[in-house]
This record gives sequence, structure tokens and C-alpha cells, in this order.
Amino acid sequence: MVDAAASTKGDLNLTNLVKEFGDFRAVDDLSLLIPEGSFFALLGPSGCGKTTTLRMIAGLEEPTSGKIAIGPTDITYAKPYARPVNTVFQNYALFPHLTIFENVAFGLRRRGVKDVKEQVTKVLELVELGHLAGRKPVQLSGGQQQRIAVARAIVNRPALLLLDEPLGALDLKLRRQMQIELKWIQTEVGLTFVHVTHDQEEAMTMADTIAVMNEGRIEQMGTPVELYESPRTVFVANFLGQSNLVKGKVEGTSGDDLLVSVHGNRIIVPANRDFAADNHENSVLIGIRPEKISLEHAEENTLGGGIITDISFVGVSTQFQVQMPWGQELAVFEQNDGGASHLQKGDTVSLSWKPQFTFALDGTADVDAGTSVNPDEE
Amino acid sequence: MKRWLSKNLIKVYAFFAFVYLFIPIAYTMAFSFNNAGKSNLTWRGFTFANWQNPCGAPQVCNALGNSLKIGGIATLIATILGTMIAFALGRHRFRGRSAVNLLIFLPMATPEIVLGASLLAMFLNLGINPGFWPTVIAHVMFCISFVVVTVKARIASLDPKLEEAAMDLYATEAETFRRVTLPLVMPGIFGAALLAFSLSFDDFIITNFNSGTLTTFPKFVYISSARGIPPQANVIGSTMFILALVIVLTSQFVSNRKNRV
Repeated sequence: MVDAAASTKGDLNLTNLVKEFGDFRAVDDLSLLIPEGSFFALLGPSGCGKTTTLRMIAGLEEPTSGKIAIGPTDITYAKPYARPVNTVFQNYALFPHLTIFENVAFGLRRRGVKDVKEQVTKVLELVELGHLAGRKPVQLSGGQQQRIAVARAIVNRPALLLLDEPLGALDLKLRRQMQIELKWIQTEVGLTFVHVTHDQEEAMTMADTIAVMNEGRIEQMGTPVELYESPRTVFVANFLGQSNLVKGKVEGTSGDDLLVSVHGNRIIVPANRDFAADNHENSVLIGIRPEKISLEHAEENTLGGGIITDISFVGVSTQFQVQMPWGQELAVFEQNDGGASHLQKGDTVSLSWKPQFTFALDGTADVDAGTSVNPDEE
Repeated sequence: MKRWLSKNLIKVYAFFAFVYLFIPIAYTMAFSFNNAGKSNLTWRGFTFANWQNPCGAPQVCNALGNSLKIGGIATLIATILGTMIAFALGRHRFRGRSAVNLLIFLPMATPEIVLGASLLAMFLNLGINPGFWPTVIAHVMFCISFVVVTVKARIASLDPKLEEAAMDLYATEAETFRRVTLPLVMPGIFGAALLAFSLSFDDFIITNFNSGTLTTFPKFVYISSARGIPPQANVIGSTMFILALVIVLTSQFVSNRKNRV
């Protein structure tokens, strides 16, 4: 986060934002500070309120209550054309009757900017499509249209660039390429990007900070590494990557560690990774990412007596499904470095991992939250 | 032969369908070159005389002028009003919207003879004599529905995201309409205007009730059919057909060029 003096300059500040459609609360008391110059992602399943949030920032939707401000300027009820915000729309929304040049020049002309030709030429060069200036949008490929949509927005040098699922319509290979390109453009022009997506990989690749949204609220906000390594809620643990979550009972503490009994096994959770500290009376959920578990080396945290029910080889790693004595299936990813290559279906194994990778979550939460919301990804 | 037929049946069918469709037009065109005497019913030899002197028959160009004037004014008014209704129906949710949608179809479904007769009764009750302006008002009335339906279809195919994008790019509501909405809906409005004009130009039944002593081109043709239609009527009919064809082909050509990949 930038220091306090600079933070008033061009930061986007959402305060207690609410949007209701009839009885449905799409955005529920959302507060958020997005520092100037950052690449920020709003990540969540469809219907989580991320697009509604974006549309309110753009001025295309009026909040039911709450406040939106850029720096010291309140823009909550400003018209879309009266705020320094530009949007890259999901299906680009290029004007079909105008040439690429005129599409990009549209915002500049409306604002009465003098050197339109020079600025348009420059931004078309930035996205490497200067040679297509005379064409119509239909004559461009999906990837080219996408870059024109970005150029049309950034040429106006907005305080804020909003991207609404900008890569959703592209195929996988092109999407990867555009992810890198967008990140590069953002660094190049130094604008604040707010990126809405349901693709966790896309968010993690591009954004400095990710806010995971669910049912109109922010579940957790942080860097990709923070969110992945230390998910605070079951939803985040399941929505970002994959997690093994096992119910356990808190037995006590030992120094800085929390001791949890999981079906008779003692599991150690470092105190700073105990995200259920205010709710220990009931059970807690012990979380561990599949790639942190070893089937070979014994570590301090161990769950024994698992039986391998499925093995799938995916190149860099092998993915095991292991059925535990209490019936639950856990996932284990082993690097293909020769260590676990002798294991076969039906073998009995112990799952071991270092305590520092364990996290503890509120045991009253639904273990499956965030798992099935995104069947088309990964 | 059987094999050939089964392979080419659709072509044969298409050929006869087109022959069926175009025989009357071909007939009209051919007889515009007829060296007609009193009536233009039998072929009396080829001549360019009718084309060189299209106003040769008494009153024919006067009637044509009336038709063009009525068509032009009615088209202009009906297109403007109809386009505004189409925008209201296509872009806004309001109470009674579906009822309006249905009511718009009614004039198209009502028999013209009923419309014509009741319009006349209405004008007479209001103390307005049949003539030029009552005819224009009647034409505007039956053209509006067609304009609304045509323009509304075009508006429905317009992505509302485009207007949002324009507003996002600093265009006010008025600028968005002028720079984005209107240009994109224009082909629909243009088509609606053409349709309205051809309906107005062509109308006989409603016009006959409400025009009084004023003669329009269809009325002229109808009246003169009793004592023989002059070949100049064929000349004018053919010209209108060719004109319509040229307009349609030109707009096709232009839109093809615009969308060429």
C-alpha cells in the first residue's frame, strides 16, 4: 500500500456499496480501497456481484446506497461520460460502423482533444495494430478486436481502467498471450487496472492484489500468494486452486502452535495460520494444499491408513486420490521426480506434510463452498 | 429423364416460380412499348413514343404528381413518428408496453375497406372535406405500423453495450444517439421509409374514400381502365419498378462494400 499522502491522489475508494435488484442484493455492503497504479482483480463465480460492482464504478449502474470516490472526488452519481473511467467490455463493444481509427479516436473527439491523429497512432503502435487503422471491426480477429478495445480505452488516459472479463471470448492459447500483454501494457502506461474475472488463473497471473467475491461480499483480499497459501475462508480455499479440508477438534496449544485432533491423529497448526481462532469450541477445519503433501517422507503432520483409489499422470506431477479410514477422499499431487513412481492403486499410504503449510478454518463452514461453482475452469 | 428431373427438380421449380412472379411485370414493361391506339390491351407494334412522352396521356402526370407528393409527405411523417414509437417500444420498459405492441399491429390487420370507410365517415363528421390533406393523414396512419415494426426489429438487433461504450467514452446521451445509435439503426429507418412510400404510392382503397376529387396515380389507372388505360401508365409503372430495383441493388451493394472482409 502506498503512503497516506499519495493515497488520496487517484485511489479508488468504495464505501459501504450496496446494489439491490428488487429483492436480490447483488452487492452487499462492499468497501474497498484500490491504490492508484495497481493491477487489481475482482475474482468470483458468476453472479457474485463483481460485474455489478464494475458497472457501478463505470457509472452504468446506480448504487442503492454507498459511495464511490476516485481520490477526493465523489463520483457515486456522476454520469458515465463525466467520470475519468474507461471500460474494456466483455465482447469489446467496438462500434461496427466506424473504422478502427475512429473507434480509438471516439473518446478523444468527444473530449475535444487537439492531437487526435498523433495520440491514436501512438496507442495503435502500442498494441501493434497500426496497420489496421483503416479497417472495420468485423475485419479483425478476436485477439485483434480485444487489443483495439484496450487501445480505445487507454488512449483516454483514464484514472481507472475497468476490464470486464476481457479475455473470456478468446481461446486458451490467445488468452495466455493476452494475459502477459495486458500486464505489460499496464506497466507501460501506469494506469490503475480493475479486472473482473471468474478465472482464478487469469487473476493470479495478472493482478497485484485480488479480492475474492462471493454473494455480493469480499471473502478475502490479498496478493495471489497470500490468497493461495493462507486462505481465510473455505470458499477461498476451494475457489483458488484445490484444498483438502478435514474436520478436527482443538485439543490445546503447545507454545505458538495449535494442536488439533483429526480422527485420532495429532495435527499441528502454527498459531499465525489459525484462521478460526475466535471459534474453537466447535470443530475446526484443517486445510492442506494437495501439492504440499508427501506420500514418501514422514513429516510432523501425518494422517495414516489411506488407500490409493485413483492415480492420474499429468506430466509435471501425478495426482493421487486417497481414501482415508473415515471415508473422505483427499487429493495428493506428487512431483514426477521418481519418488512416488512405484505407488499403485490399492496401496496403503500415509499423508505427511510440514506444519507450516497447514491452515485452520472455521469448522462450522460448508466444506464444499466454492468447489462446484466453476465447473468450466481447470 | 427421370434422373435428370430428380436432380434438377428444385431448379425447375424455382424457374417456374420466378416466371409466375415476374410475368405481370414483364407484361407491363412490354406494353409500355406498345403502339397503342385507344386501349392498351392488344399488341399493335413496337414504339418508343410512350417513353419519349410519358405525360402524353391527359391527367396522367398530374395524378403521378399527387401520388408523389402524398407519398413523400406521408412517408416523412410516418417514418419520424414510427421511428420514435419504435425506440420507445424497443428501448424502454413502461406500463402497457405489451398492449401498445399489440395495438400497433391492429391497423395492419384491419381490412383497408373498413379503415377507408370509417376514416371518411370521421372526416365528414368533423366537417373536413375529402382531399389532399385527409389522404395524407390516412396514409400516415396506415404506414406508421409498418415503420414501427421494421425499425423495432433493427433496434432489437442492436447491442445495448455499444451505447454504454459510447457513454463510457465521454459521449453524452445526445451524442451517443447521434454518433452510435442513429447510424446503426439508419438502415432500418431507410428500409421502413421505402416500405412506407411504396405502400402510400400504391394505395387505392383508402385513397379512393378520402381523396374526393383529387386523382392519384392508382386512382387514375382504375378510372381509366373503364375506357382503356393509356400506355403512359405502363411507362410510369415500369419506371417505378426500375427505380425501386435500383435503390434496393444500390443499398445492397453499399452494405456489401461496408462489410467486405
